[in-house]
Amino acid sequence: MKIINSAHAGTLESSDVYIQINPLDKDTVEIELESSVKELYGEMIEELIKNTLKDMSVSSVHVKAQDKGAMDLVIKARLQAAILRACECDPVWEELS
Amino acid sequence: MKLRRSMLFVPGANTAMVCNAYVYKPDTVMFDLEDSVALAEKDSARLMVYHALKHFAYQDIETAVRVNPLDSPYGLLDLEAVVRAGTDIVRLPKTDTVADVLDMQAAIEKIEKKIGRTKKTQLLAAIESAEGVVNAVDIARCTDRLMGIALGAEDYVRDIRTQRTKEGNELTAARAQILLAARAAKIHAFDSVFSDVRDKDGFIAEVKKIKNLGFDGKSLVNPNQIYLLHNIYAPTQKEIEWAFEVIEAAEHAKKNGLGVVSIDGRMVDAPIIARAEFTLDLARTSGLIGEDDE
Repeated sequence: MKIINSAHAGTLESSDVYIQINPLDKDTVEIELESSVKELYGEMIEELIKNTLKDMSVSSVHVKAQDKGAMDLVIKARLQAAILRACECDPVWEELS
Repeated sequence: MKLRRSMLFVPGANTAMVCNAYVYKPDTVMFDLEDSVALAEKDSARLMVYHALKHFAYQDIETAVRVNPLDSPYGLLDLEAVVRAGTDIVRLPKTDTVADVLDMQAAIEKIEKKIGRTKKTQLLAAIESAEGVVNAVDIARCTDRLMGIALGAEDYVRDIRTQRTKEGNELTAARAQILLAARAAKIHAFDSVFSDVRDKDGFIAEVKKIKNLGFDGKSLVNPNQIYLLHNIYAPTQKEIEWAFEVIEAAEHAKKNGLGVVSIDGRMVDAPIIARAEFTLDLARTSGLIGEDDE
């Protein structure tokens, strides 16, 4: 899946996460994470973001995530929404595990 | 017996509510993808509800999703997401005719077939117009997937050119028709939301009223309403004692070949026994009596 635009999803409210997606001109995944629980869960959140991108076959993207204590399901949903908006694609449900 | 007293509406775009609604233990969690979600957030809310339905927290509680109309750009996408994610019930956004239900059923069947889902997704029709009320009997009987019909009062009063009042007289005809249609089809009947969450007394009065009318339950907009509603629906100690007495008397009559028996001078016949059994079922499911009490 190719990221063609910048896009975002989510909010900065408690229990949510704000995800900003930007295209990159190189084949790499860059993750910038801000979270009040980064010290405890930062690695897990980054792993979740990487796996979600992999499932959607996204290999070139810059992801900025501002986490406000979101559960995994919220991070996944917001990231997938931002990616689909950035690609201007409809969901392929088999990829959205 | 599956209790469906409380159906808690959860806006699909409200992250905290989507993540925590199960904690409040309503009988059914109803995620909403329709009116409570802004057009620009339909995609994101759909994904949030999709993942919530698959989350372990929602595996032991009944789930329903109100989807957008099929003739909108969002309806089919909503259906695809929620049927795949395993919702128990799809709530139709607005049901005026039998065709509305059958169209939704056909779309769901197509998705179930595609993904190989064997468990049938159930349907709940929302009656929100004069046309829907007039057609309620046919709607209630049109498919065995329909588990219930619900009154959507806000749109209904607008359609019949009036407004909601505390007394609720404007809903009398619709409530009666919906209840009778549901009972004739042997499905559930649900009353509309009570939106003023600060008016506890008004809410309690309305719940007492719809319980006495015969409704199985009510759609709710706030978790604080769940406990109040469950309390009103729970049988009282006096009712439970009476039910035990009736069942005991009926068993005694049966054992001794007596046709009819009376308690305190009042005849106990089949409808009274059925009512006593229902009361005990409700008490059991509400956790008010256990095996030791019987």
